[in-house]
Amino acid sequence: MNFESYLFIVLASGAVFTGIMMITRKNPVMSVIYLIINFFCVSGIYLLLKAQFIAIIQVLVYMGAIMVLFLFVIMLLNLKEEKKLSDNFGYKKITALLLCITLMSLLGLTFYFGFDKRYNEMSLKAEQIGVAEYLGKELFTTYSFPVIIAGLILLAAIIGAVVLAKKKFE
Amino acid sequence: MSDLTVNILITLAKIVVVELVLLTCVAYTVYAERRVSAFIQNRLGPNRVGPAGLLQPIVDVVKLLMKEDIVPENATKGIHSLAPGISILVSLSTVAVIPFGDKIVLFGKEIQLQIANINIGVLYILALLSLGVYGITLSGWSSNNKYSLLGGLRASAQMISYELSMGLSIVGIILINGSFMLDKIVQNQYGWKWNIILQPLGFLTFLVSSFAETNRTPFDLPEAEQELVGGYHTEYSSMKFAMFFLSEYANVIIASAFISTLYLGGWQFPYLQTFGLPDFWVSIIQVFTFCTKTLFMSLFFIWVRWTIPRFRYDQLMNLGWKVMLPLALLNIIITAIVMTLLK
Repeated sequence: MNFESYLFIVLASGAVFTGIMMITRKNPVMSVIYLIINFFCVSGIYLLLKAQFIAIIQVLVYMGAIMVLFLFVIMLLNLKEEKKLSDNFGYKKITALLLCITLMSLLGLTFYFGFDKRYNEMSLKAEQIGVAEYLGKELFTTYSFPVIIAGLILLAAIIGAVVLAKKKFE
Repeated sequence: MSDLTVNILITLAKIVVVELVLLTCVAYTVYAERRVSAFIQNRLGPNRVGPAGLLQPIVDVVKLLMKEDIVPENATKGIHSLAPGISILVSLSTVAVIPFGDKIVLFGKEIQLQIANINIGVLYILALLSLGVYGITLSGWSSNNKYSLLGGLRASAQMISYELSMGLSIVGIILINGSFMLDKIVQNQYGWKWNIILQPLGFLTFLVSSFAETNRTPFDLPEAEQELVGGYHTEYSSMKFAMFFLSEYANVIIASAFISTLYLGGWQFPYLQTFGLPDFWVSIIQVFTFCTKTLFMSLFFIWVRWTIPRFRYDQLMNLGWKVMLPLALLNIIITAIVMTLLK
């Protein structure tokens, strides 16, 4: 095993651990903090995959902007600790159980067939693809139409948010 | 020694030297702030310890180390201790991608005077600066004090707002250079081709946003003494308080270094190559040029703090969203049009 594999194991187990901690904390602020660490681990994994640009955007957008807003809202609401989970069983637990079974069977299948066969060496091209210049060129030439569509959808969402917020204040 | 070991040793040496210089600069920026503010207000400032008070920072650190570390009873203990750590970690790791000189040849080995020359240098700095808000927000929340909480909330709202215009004002430079690499951006600013001349509007919006990002007056709403006691660090004492203090001034120095790298030509000394000096001295002069520019910008930060009064909160938000953001967007459009016409 080389150095990168060790790094991957550290980052991946970190991501799993913080993910579990995030959904089990009762205090929402603690959940947010664990989610931030989780994003950090994931961006490390992106770096290992040589996707520099996506890794830094993960930090810049998710950790630096979206999670700050989450924290901001939670701090403003000043939520009290959640009620105990056992108070409300019902459909939630059944759905969770079903999803768990699906996940476990998928994991089991993967382990059964073994995953070292599918592990291929990363092609040399990966290093080029992850770079911002290449991504930008592709996005604004080959995929320019989807980019424009995504921009329009986001614009519509922004206008919608403004309209909704305005109605409430008037 | 193998090549890899040598490279690792060189990088480690660079990290140690750069961080030590940064921390020393931070200590003396605090001193400079106290002295300069005193001069501006027609006082003397600290002048008792050592010649002209130059040993004052050391005494200050010793004082802070000996103070009692108080954690409020109802604070969230873990986060309360973690928050200053986040602040200082973020400030100290930003310096990694700033080029403080061109290559220098030492003992027959060419050394790049930059800790890490990564492909996404500009984005790296922006990302880390945006993480800095966690230290402030979490400290405000975990102190369990209404003034701290208000300070933390103000900080996060302010930093999110100004991050946008900060990022957008750099886009003009990236359009000109076609790269996120800080090293390349500096190399393209040879002669008098500094970006401040090519991008005056971008420089203005970037400067104002970096004042807001470092929480300096006129944008120091998060710690406005008259309204919020001490803002987010009201409940901190001893070294934890010192860490917030350190990171604030480290941010000032890093913002200065970032501004001089992006807009003032970084280590470029105009027409230095034509003087015919030996290569070694050229490199030394370049490092000094960079330090001088950074120092000048730091003094500018201090000068502004003691000259311009604080904004009101709604003025701050209006300035961010209704003035700075459109100006930064306008800058992008102008740059793009001019570049297309010149092609």
